[in-house]
Amino acid sequence: MSEAHIDNQVLASLREVMEEEYPVLLDTFLVDSDERLRLLREALLNADAAAMRHAAHSFKGSCSNMGAPLLASLCKQLEEAGRREQLEQAPDLIEQVEREFAIVRILFKSERQRHA
Amino acid sequence: MSEPLTILIAEDSPADRLLLSTILTREGYRVLTAANGQEAVMLFEQERPDLVLMDAMMPVMDGFEAARQIKQAAGQQLVPLIFLTSLTGSEELARCLEAGGDDFLAKPYNRLILQAKINAMARLRRLQATVLEQRDLIARHNEHLLNEQRVAKAVFDKVAHSGSLNAANVRYLQSPFALFNGDLLLAAFKPSGGMHVLLGDFTGHGLPAAIGAMPLAEVFYAMTAKGHSMAEILREMNAKLKRILPVGVFCCATMLNLSFQRRLVEVWNGGLPDGYLLRLDGELQSLPSRHLPLGILSANAFKDECEVFPLELGERIVLLSDGVLETGNQCDEMFGEQRFTEVLRSNRERGQLFEEIHQALTRFNGSVQDDVTLLEVSMVDGASLQRPLLDAERGGQRGPTDWRAQYEYRAQTLRHFNPLPQLMQMLMAVDGLRLKGGALYTVLAELYSNALEHGVMGLDSAMKQGASGFAQYYQERNRRLQELDEGFVCFSIDVSPTEQGGRLRLEVSDSGEGFKVGQPVQGSTGRNSLSGRGMALVRQLADHCAWSDDGKRVCVEFYWSCNA
Repeated sequence: MSEAHIDNQVLASLREVMEEEYPVLLDTFLVDSDERLRLLREALLNADAAAMRHAAHSFKGSCSNMGAPLLASLCKQLEEAGRREQLEQAPDLIEQVEREFAIVRILFKSERQRHA
Repeated sequence: MSEPLTILIAEDSPADRLLLSTILTREGYRVLTAANGQEAVMLFEQERPDLVLMDAMMPVMDGFEAARQIKQAAGQQLVPLIFLTSLTGSEELARCLEAGGDDFLAKPYNRLILQAKINAMARLRRLQATVLEQRDLIARHNEHLLNEQRVAKAVFDKVAHSGSLNAANVRYLQSPFALFNGDLLLAAFKPSGGMHVLLGDFTGHGLPAAIGAMPLAEVFYAMTAKGHSMAEILREMNAKLKRILPVGVFCCATMLNLSFQRRLVEVWNGGLPDGYLLRLDGELQSLPSRHLPLGILSANAFKDECEVFPLELGERIVLLSDGVLETGNQCDEMFGEQRFTEVLRSNRERGQLFEEIHQALTRFNGSVQDDVTLLEVSMVDGASLQRPLLDAERGGQRGPTDWRAQYEYRAQTLRHFNPLPQLMQMLMAVDGLRLKGGALYTVLAELYSNALEHGVMGLDSAMKQGASGFAQYYQERNRRLQELDEGFVCFSIDVSPTEQGGRLRLEVSDSGEGFKVGQPVQGSTGRNSLSGRGMALVRQLADHCAWSDDGKRVCVEFYWSCNA
């Protein structure tokens, strides 16, 4: 498991805090992230910089809480783009986010199986 | 252990919400969650949580607006609000504070920091709650205290600014701002129709100063109504204050005894600033303090000597509290006597005097005065004043109607005892005489002083010519009275019913040599003489008046009808 994708220290403390709720947290994050991705794509389609910024900001927050630093930093770049209303790089960034999330999803799924 | 804090979490991300609520629930808090700002405001209003964790960026209503609404709904209560944010720009962080945020918590959450911040906020909240509680407590105490003071002031005002202060010849000015400034003004008509006036200034302010005013006013009014002399009243007031007031609390006072019939004023000043007598020709005569204030000296050491001044119609006396002279300005100067007398001298229109003094003080000090008491008393024609009815309408039972009494007062008694209140009290028990109380007292007082001064002590009223003669006469009178060791004044009182109502026959005799009745009464030489008025007055007030041939005995009669 690559440290760049997942921060194991964060996951360890989440396990400790959540105890038996840990799998629920992971599920919640994965379901919510799908929704965030949908919102990002929608914002791009509408060329809505503000919506882009909000969705990226929220996603960034939960990624950082959940120990997905690379995903969080990609979201941060998207948020910045939205804030500056410069959406030219957005398609490329969203693609990177989707790729990174695909990795994180696989890692979290296996994490979930290990602690079911 | 007290109830756990209730914490509201407003966070749109479900994972973050779950994480945070799980952490806080595990820590033992009661947790409420909202997914956007609007839900958060609604939940806040319903549940009144103790602390709010608020995400800044949320759909429907963002965290900034929700924070504003929650802070407004919380009112004076401190509900700490911590922004959950991954915002990093200083501008955005400042926005959080402007919206009412008390702190930030950055993502990713750290349990230790979260707990520390919640603890710090809880402390702040308790501190604020304590401050509010104590503020409310103080406000309640203060309200209670003010209420007591208002009640006390209402009583004080009734007592301290009552009596005949509204008589046409009295003007006064008292600062309306001070709740109690310890100054009191008393005025009362005497049974004889004259007037007692007192301006007092207790040391200190507030309730302690006001407390002494009550007994002082009681003595003043009760004794004046019974016909006691100013000296007796001063003695009693002094004795009473001395008895009840703690050391260091006393009352500076000036008392006046105005006789409208004799056009005289007696002045006693103990510790107040000089009063002023304003003559018609513009001359200003000061009335300085000659005594210690009331409530300091024991009865033996107390001096009740008064100064006597003739006072023509329209002449006035102005009394003031030390607050007037001690009014300071920015340069630490005091208003002082010189400025005050200049205002008095330059006064043209009498009705404007107080206004002029007030203006001068305001010009000098630059602000409103709150410790100023002024009193002005004028000599007027006594008949022009409306007097309150004497204790006449007690109604109902009938007093004694058919009786006779004789009182002989001898030298030792005459030296220090004023028999008039005793005699008046007896006579006022007679129903038909009560309405004639004023006239009766005047006649009684005239006959008594005539018998004592001219009869027993052999003083010549011709001495009383001129203002200086006056003072000399009263000095001599007091000297002879002190040394009196023989002589008497005798009152014979005879009350009997008549067909119409009743009759009082009052005979006064004395041990003096008498005078020749064929000649006019001594000293009654004319309109401007200060003496002689007394006897003319007796003739005028009594229904009948006659002297025995040897001039040693005078007999007056009063009649009344039953249905009067």
